[in-house]
Amino acid sequence: MYLPTWIRPHLAALRALLLLTVVCGVLYPLVITGIVQLPALREKAGGSMIEAAADGRLVGSRLIGQAFTGKAGSALPQYFHSRPSAAGNGYDPLATGASNLGPEDIVDVLPDPAPQKTGHQDPEARQSLLTQVCARSRAVGAQEGVDGSRPFCTAGGVGATLSVIGPRDATGHVNRPRRVVSVNERCPDKPFLATYRGVRVECARYGQDYSTGEILPIRGNAPKTPKVPADAVTASGSGLDPDISPAYARLQAPRVARVRKIPLRSVLDLLDQHTTGRTLGFMGEPHVNVLQLNLDLDRRHPSGT
Amino acid sequence: MGPTAAGALFALSLLVAVALVHRPLGDYMARVFTSRHHVRAEWWMYRLIGVDPDGEQTWAVYARSVLAFSAVSVLFLYGFQRLQSHLFLNLGLPAVKSDLAWNTAVSFVTNTNWQAYAGESTMGHLVQVAGLAVQNFVSAAVGIAVAIALVRGFARSRTDKLGNFWVDLVRGCLRILLPVCVVAAVVLVAGGAVQSFVEPQTVQTLSGAQQAVTGGPVASQEAIKNFGTNGGGFYNANSAHPFENPTVWTNWVEIFLLLAIGFSLPRTFGRMVGDLRQGYAIVAVMAVLAIGSQLAVHGFQLAHQGTVPTAVGAATEGIETRFGVANSAAFASATTLTSTGSVNSFHDSYTSLGGAVLLANMMLGEVAPGGVGSGLYGILILAVVTVFVAGLMVGRTPEFLGKKIRAREIKLASLYFLTTPALVLLGTAVAMALPEGREGMLNRGPHGLSEVLYAFTSAGNNNGSAFAGLAADTTFYNTALGLAMLAGRFVPVVLVLALAGSLAAQRSTPVTAGTLPTHRPQFVGMVAGVTVILVALTFFPALALGPLAEGLR
Repeated sequence: MYLPTWIRPHLAALRALLLLTVVCGVLYPLVITGIVQLPALREKAGGSMIEAAADGRLVGSRLIGQAFTGKAGSALPQYFHSRPSAAGNGYDPLATGASNLGPEDIVDVLPDPAPQKTGHQDPEARQSLLTQVCARSRAVGAQEGVDGSRPFCTAGGVGATLSVIGPRDATGHVNRPRRVVSVNERCPDKPFLATYRGVRVECARYGQDYSTGEILPIRGNAPKTPKVPADAVTASGSGLDPDISPAYARLQAPRVARVRKIPLRSVLDLLDQHTTGRTLGFMGEPHVNVLQLNLDLDRRHPSGT
Repeated sequence: MGPTAAGALFALSLLVAVALVHRPLGDYMARVFTSRHHVRAEWWMYRLIGVDPDGEQTWAVYARSVLAFSAVSVLFLYGFQRLQSHLFLNLGLPAVKSDLAWNTAVSFVTNTNWQAYAGESTMGHLVQVAGLAVQNFVSAAVGIAVAIALVRGFARSRTDKLGNFWVDLVRGCLRILLPVCVVAAVVLVAGGAVQSFVEPQTVQTLSGAQQAVTGGPVASQEAIKNFGTNGGGFYNANSAHPFENPTVWTNWVEIFLLLAIGFSLPRTFGRMVGDLRQGYAIVAVMAVLAIGSQLAVHGFQLAHQGTVPTAVGAATEGIETRFGVANSAAFASATTLTSTGSVNSFHDSYTSLGGAVLLANMMLGEVAPGGVGSGLYGILILAVVTVFVAGLMVGRTPEFLGKKIRAREIKLASLYFLTTPALVLLGTAVAMALPEGREGMLNRGPHGLSEVLYAFTSAGNNNGSAFAGLAADTTFYNTALGLAMLAGRFVPVVLVLALAGSLAAQRSTPVTAGTLPTHRPQFVGMVAGVTVILVALTFFPALALGPLAEGLR
């Protein structure tokens, strides 16, 4: 059969691709799937599923984090809580991922007050990463009975960010402001600062664009090392982080002990058992698997929920 | 031990492991590509493909074979995704829409593995294993093949033959990638990575909610994803996902895999040109740049400058608890220095200057050690540019490995070097000029520009990682980034093969007292210097408007 010259390498290419598809795309994954049926690997290849002690039903995977919240979305106080999650509505394995918000994401897009009155959310509104951190810190602090304040956060739990409006000097700064707005505090909230450089600080109104001003985060006088640990106020990369830091777990221990009416000592002991140190002493960071810890709590100290 | 010391030990242990493995692996790869023996299985494959394995090709035929194979691969993968809903093991997912299927097909064929889709909600198991993962193997093997052809150009003289692409492709897959991946996949399963063909399994969680626990042939794909410096995650969360990268030691294994071939190929190069010292010089350049980058990313991430990291008290946004900041920095730096692009943490939320280093890693042209194959040919081109610059200084005809660098060679090398920056900067400029481009930004201000710049840098250099806040699954970005990936891969490949052809045709010039020695620390310093200076001159203005504006206020 006569074939034009240019077509010959393409036919060879197609045959090569199909052959390599059989080898690398069919045989290879099947061989691996076969090997991992070995007893030692099978349970892991299947997702490291775990059962509840009480009835033996599957409650999830040891490796996939869960949200310990009740029907209304409020945190269940008898359990240790996981980190914030950006996967779907939280810990959704069908929508994994991170917030992807940057280190200087400090200005909120305020919600339209009109649809809110009818109970609808404004889809355009967005909390900045800074406000998310501040709000979580405040909430966790309140729940665990510690100071939830952080640098660059208002006492109300939003990012302490000003838009300083006025003439710019040679370096781009505004030294003699005409107007100063606390951009994340919606009117009629009282701004976290009364005055800035002698100018009264205003609250922010929906729909106003304050980006002409110099955007200035205000450090405030919160301690450098906040009481609420870092992992408690930031979302993980996967949105499925099964772990929390030992510090965040210890912060939650008194509340769990109180709600379950058991001595703090026994909760802390359990916590120690579930704390994984660095592998070989230098790999990774110490962490606590939240689901396993909570399951163990339920098994040893069943609580009237 | 504090986090900083533990992080330093972690990076150091990787350095030692790569140093230990680069000799045996490099020597092995040299044997693979110089052996005249075909094993029986390979011989059958050549029969079925319909090629003569002992017939060598000129550079033009070699290049045509690469392009034909890649073109067929793009069409095949595009069709595969478009027909997904009619095939089995599709998890009930619909066909992938056309612009996304184009982008993904190009992305995997070019070894970029940029992902404008979320794996768990877009791709069924069949497309993942028999479509995407196959390209993980063959695109890696294509990269290695092209690098080996360039090495043959240096090693041979007075010939127009550069080897046989089909043999290099098949051997790369069967003798290098597959055996290591079989072992690595099983090791990853031992750590907890999943490997099954099941549909998502819905469980009732401890708090009574529903959670769909996903399965899939993840471990087999995870191994080649990293070893072939591909980077396309089975799930959207990539190597941050506990089913892809379950433990702190699988994290170590994955970083090791993505560095292994890149750092070993200079040894292969030294072996094949008959002077191991030349290989040591090249690997030394890679190591200097890589260590510098690792130190910088670790430093910036652990220092956590910036408003939100200061408010938090650590740069933990987008970071998994088990890995922590330091081991995430090690992964991020390694994945952007190679052309991998898999991520175990989300770069968009890195500190401004930490993110800037990740961008700069890719802007180096991914040569420290770069993607499998592409890193070696990239740094050899930079070595050619370096001897040219040195030759200009002393007024002698530049030579590298006994080959004269004449007008034709330096033209090819210069065009190679100009291709990617042109794609990155023009692409970013076009995106910023069009409303479709600006709409994609999640973050505002300089960080929004960083997202767009990162996307085109990643696509043009075939990396595949992202400042993932960018809404990239739009007709504009799917088309534009697809074009950037395609040109960023195959224009350089053709230039490299043309250069290889013209080097192989030359006779070897004897070394004289006036020849610039290319195996001494002086030369290592010069190549590293040329690399950094070229990048700084090309990209500094763009970096200044994005991450530097954000980080240095």
